[in-house]
Amino acid sequence: MDANTQMNGAILQVDHLSMKFGGLVAIGDLSFTAKRGEITALIGPNGAGKTTVFNCITGFYKPSEGMITLNRADGSSYLLERLPNHEIPARAKVARTFQNIRLFSGMTLLENLLVAQHNKLMKASGYTVLGLFGFPSYRQASAESIELARHWLEKADLVDRADDPAGDLPYGAQRRLEIARAMCTGPELLCLDEPAAGLNPKESAALNELLMDIKNTSGASILLIEHDMSVVMQISDHVVVLEYGRKISDGNPQSVRTDPRVIAAYLGVDDEEVETVLTEVGDEDVIEQLDTGPDAAHGPGTSASYLAGPVSDTVGHSEGERVTVSKGASKAAQIDARAVTVASKAVVAKPEQATKPAPAAKPVAKAAAKKPAAKAPAAKAEGVSNRLAAPRGGKADNLTRIKGIGAVNEKKLNEHGIFHFDQIGAWKKADVEAAEAYLAFDGRIAREDWVKQARLLAQGKDTEFSRRVDAGKVATSHASAKSAGATSGKTAAAKPATGKRGGGK
Amino acid sequence: MAVTVSRERDTVASPMQRALREAFYAGAIALGLFVLFIGLKTGQNMSNELVLTQRWGLLAAVVIATAVGRFLYVAYGQPFMANQKIADVATGLLPASVGSRFFQLPAFILAVVAAALLFVLGGSLAGWVGAEPAGYLQFLRALAVIYVLGCVIYYFRAFIHANFTKLGITALVLYPILVVAVLSLNAWSIAGGLQGSLKWVDNFGIQILIYVMLAWGLNIVVGLAGLLDLGYVAFYALGAYAYALLATHYGLSFWILLPAAGCMAALWGVLLGFPVLRLRGDYLAIVTLAFGEIIRLVLINWREVTNGSAGISGIPKVSFFGLMTFNVSDPNYIAKVLHLATSSAYYKIFLYYLILGLCLLTAFVTIRLRRLPVGRAWEALREDEIACRSLGINTTTTKLTAFATGAMFGGFAGSFFAARQGFVSPESFVFLESAIILAIVVLGGMGSLVGIAVAAMVMIGGTEALRELDFLKQVFGPDFTPELYRMLLFGMAMVIVMLWKPRGFVGSREPTAFLKERKAVSGSFTKEGHG
Repeated sequence: MDANTQMNGAILQVDHLSMKFGGLVAIGDLSFTAKRGEITALIGPNGAGKTTVFNCITGFYKPSEGMITLNRADGSSYLLERLPNHEIPARAKVARTFQNIRLFSGMTLLENLLVAQHNKLMKASGYTVLGLFGFPSYRQASAESIELARHWLEKADLVDRADDPAGDLPYGAQRRLEIARAMCTGPELLCLDEPAAGLNPKESAALNELLMDIKNTSGASILLIEHDMSVVMQISDHVVVLEYGRKISDGNPQSVRTDPRVIAAYLGVDDEEVETVLTEVGDEDVIEQLDTGPDAAHGPGTSASYLAGPVSDTVGHSEGERVTVSKGASKAAQIDARAVTVASKAVVAKPEQATKPAPAAKPVAKAAAKKPAAKAPAAKAEGVSNRLAAPRGGKADNLTRIKGIGAVNEKKLNEHGIFHFDQIGAWKKADVEAAEAYLAFDGRIAREDWVKQARLLAQGKDTEFSRRVDAGKVATSHASAKSAGATSGKTAAAKPATGKRGGGK
Repeated sequence: MAVTVSRERDTVASPMQRALREAFYAGAIALGLFVLFIGLKTGQNMSNELVLTQRWGLLAAVVIATAVGRFLYVAYGQPFMANQKIADVATGLLPASVGSRFFQLPAFILAVVAAALLFVLGGSLAGWVGAEPAGYLQFLRALAVIYVLGCVIYYFRAFIHANFTKLGITALVLYPILVVAVLSLNAWSIAGGLQGSLKWVDNFGIQILIYVMLAWGLNIVVGLAGLLDLGYVAFYALGAYAYALLATHYGLSFWILLPAAGCMAALWGVLLGFPVLRLRGDYLAIVTLAFGEIIRLVLINWREVTNGSAGISGIPKVSFFGLMTFNVSDPNYIAKVLHLATSSAYYKIFLYYLILGLCLLTAFVTIRLRRLPVGRAWEALREDEIACRSLGINTTTTKLTAFATGAMFGGFAGSFFAARQGFVSPESFVFLESAIILAIVVLGGMGSLVGIAVAAMVMIGGTEALRELDFLKQVFGPDFTPELYRMLLFGMAMVIVMLWKPRGFVGSREPTAFLKERKAVSGSFTKEGHG
């Protein structure tokens, strides 16, 4: 992120990685970077494709598309998708653990760690020939390997049980042993698949300690899949969030934690909360980013997956079969869809930007070109009858004084030529339906009776809600209560938090 | 409610009633099962007519035996075994074990005396008491000998357990000497002893050791690497034919052809390994089974080279490194060189030590390999192949080395077999051989050399011993041939052992390295492999 990591450079670079199983898109166009000496966490809800990413990195799957580059400390680089499975640990020095622990349960702890040093010992034993005749070079290498094993057993706090079978260990110890075994291969990148799964708090804390120790003393970088947020937030330097095989967020733990997409993906918020969250974060910068990005109507961007809408919309399959993820399934995508609605309106408002050439979309995404990612159809925008080209007197009313209209909706309404309370107050049933359609609010306008509120406000009277707004108790887009001002400072302040969201790298 | 419970308790509490009831059920089931098997026998008479022989007496005997057996087991066996687990209230000790009750000193002395007497009087017994009682006395003698051996093993069991390997190797090295010595004493002449030793050294010693070696070779593939190979006999055949063909056509020495046959088998092991690398479990077993059959069918049908089913005869004998031979007509015949009486026993004793040496070589290499990275990789492969790959182990080459090493020892054993028999034919390499070798490996405990050696001794020695039970002819009549029942006994023994010890004789696994102390790994943690 800064000069320090720039100097260290990226140990792992994943570019445009896609993995399809038949028609199922497990990973779609994923790009991220893991920096040397850092702990990078890969998080996401169940089924987001995290383990598939791991399997691609460690060679258990060959990715359908994309490039995975590993840069070793000695300057050599390996394209992991081209290396055979077993050469990834051997040559590129990537070690991994498994979600469902895979130990050699019938072998002792020590033997497990000796198996991990196979390649080194094979060379020392002259590919078995010298070892068979008991050459001293092998004996020395063997003693050294036992010392290394003892070192990692001590680190993992398992040295007392070195001669017991691995299958006899309790669950937490098995997790630690698997990490110790991976470390015995001398890796530069250690990939841990849910190391804290099924651990009690004490074991989880011990694990954190072990991982920090590995990071600080062994020089190995760590890539981590984890569900346990306490582990992720405590130890990771960088977090990548996946949902439905796409990256929805990327940044340091704090920024990811506040990212509305992440919150939506994890918590599965309802529409109202989504809106609140978006408002809190500051929709402004989303719009800005979208303005400079590719036109949403002409396919998603090259790397920023959040532009592309739900996976099912963007990836066509050559055989014509497609596993469709239901459109409402991705919560993050819902937020995106709204953001894109805003964006497309913004584009309409500024015609000179619409003519900007869209960057060449990836072939995967091309199929999506025909389907606009935005959900709200443009045709409905004409639905509201009493539109104005510009606010009367150049000053719009503070629509957020109406209960149910936040900053986002106010912006949307403004874009549709609704600036004043009396306009809303004059809405008929058809207008309400049209407005609900492009705001994607089902029955909410009627429920909260925006029309009645607007009539009261238009007459200069106050509602209970508007009084609260005026008193500063409720967030509003306008700096002072009754003046219809420009963008508030609050949204600007929220910008940096989401600023990195769009970048692929 | 309470009444019902107590009533049930009453019925459970009486073992006699239960025993009677279960005996009745067992008898009924036996009757239903055997009424057609034993009760009726179909046959032909002189004019080729179907005749039905009724054997109700035999059927009744079998059914009654079953019922009585069940009765005794439920009424006395089960309570006895339950009591064995209850500690005495006064002393806090468990009751004396069955072993220490059964093997007692007075009985031991009695058995020694009885056995000695019967041995001394062996020749003249038939004259004194008649043929039939003499048969029973011979049986009694065998029982006495077994009892004496059992006593010795029982009382020295701790010592034997601690030094099993050393004692075993010593016993194997001394075995031919002891056999010759005992038989010479018995026959009062060394020539007679040598002649009598042929059977014991060849049929028992060499035969068992060949299977020990084959099973140890297969153990590398099945026991260590966890690859189920049902066609192992193919490599045995390859080794045998390699020696037979090259020795008969080119006159090459055994000492050159032994490694050559091993290499040839290893090469074929790799060739078989390549196509089956991707297969696991049942699929691997089927393909290796097919490979074994292919080799056998090629041997039968490629007449120009292998002489088909007629086989290859006149395979040259092994020489003592070219210094001495075992052909009577040669100038350097062993008896001429060492100025001994001519006897065919020298060759057998030599072969015995040769196969013993080959076995020890196999054991040495296996033990060494297990402590090398490749051996650990084999075992790791058996435990978890995916984890192996994640640690940078090339599973392809690891599997191929396992196949090649196992096949090599099969090839060694094959060339030895050809040299020993002097004749090979495809008949010797049928699927049953593969099955027997695999059964020995499984019965002994996969991965354990000692267990496998014991299993080979029991299985092969046991079937050979059935040939010795001549006295049974006097019991069941001259038509009775115990050899015919060996497969039945073989199967029954396997079932019993697998019930008693599901992981084989030695279920635990010796770790290959240790930090503080070497602790055997219980069989419940090790995996059998997925192929």
